[in-house]
Amino acid sequence: MIELALHILDIAQNSIRAKARLVQILISENPDKDYYRIVVKDNGSGMDAQTLAKVTDPFYTSRTSRKVGLGIPMLKQNAEQCGGSLQIKSTPGIGTTLTATFGYHHIDRPPLGDIIGTIMILLNNEEGTDLLYRHQTLQGEFNFDSREIKRILEGTPLVTKEIRNFLKSMIEENLDQIQITKE
Amino acid sequence: MTKIKSLADLRKLKDEVQSKIKLREKGDHPENLIHIKVSMATCGIASGAKETMNYLIEELDHQGIDAIVTQTGCMGYCYAEPTIEVSIPGKEPVIYGHVNKDKALEIIEKHLKLNELVDGIIPTNYKTIED
Repeated sequence: MIELALHILDIAQNSIRAKARLVQILISENPDKDYYRIVVKDNGSGMDAQTLAKVTDPFYTSRTSRKVGLGIPMLKQNAEQCGGSLQIKSTPGIGTTLTATFGYHHIDRPPLGDIIGTIMILLNNEEGTDLLYRHQTLQGEFNFDSREIKRILEGTPLVTKEIRNFLKSMIEENLDQIQITKE
Repeated sequence: MTKIKSLADLRKLKDEVQSKIKLREKGDHPENLIHIKVSMATCGIASGAKETMNYLIEELDHQGIDAIVTQTGCMGYCYAEPTIEVSIPGKEPVIYGHVNKDKALEIIEKHLKLNELVDGIIPTNYKTIED
């Protein structure tokens, strides 16, 4: 994947498919300590140790529509190529936590990319899964909680054009505040 | 510097939008709307399904066509990503492959507006997408 935002979109879809009620996307970047960390945490169905051992195998998938599952293997490869690592912890019935760490200054680390687009797509998932997005930099922190948004909207659909445009610019302006750019 | 948007602004916007929606709601039933599903698994994402989906949403908005655009999993046509499924009420759903922005526009202009099929259909015995 050419952007971290695409990896996040991909991995978070796993959580939605695992019937999570809440997916947390936590990004923390720290140029001083040279890490760029992405955590995707869900309260979905989780996996047993046997399944967990297989998820980084590109020829393992729970889908029946094809025989390969490249989402996690590609993220692992990408993270490791950038001097980082990938860890997954999972408990059946409790949920799964995936942590991907990249070297912040590594030349091959993909840019964050269109994270706003990723959030907007995940926000409108058909399962109604809620989303918490937290982004920390040395300049500060931004939190975006879909439960809070839904409470305010009181049933007004998120897909309404005006609401969508508002949320997009709200995220953009807030990310700007803590100096997050697409690079 | 202008003030950044906050949740309080969202509350205000909601009230405005809600009154507009009430006016529209009467004719709107989801089952009478055009439904487009964009395949958004690893294969789709890597091939640019995200751009296709954003483009579809924006272009349909722009042209004022009422349609629901949602994401779905892998339909098994990884070789032809990005793939989309177009369902017009009362008709068999059609799956298109290799849908970039140009193709998406062509599908909107011809398939949605004029009811003409466009090149690039993936022939399939239609089954419900469970996955």
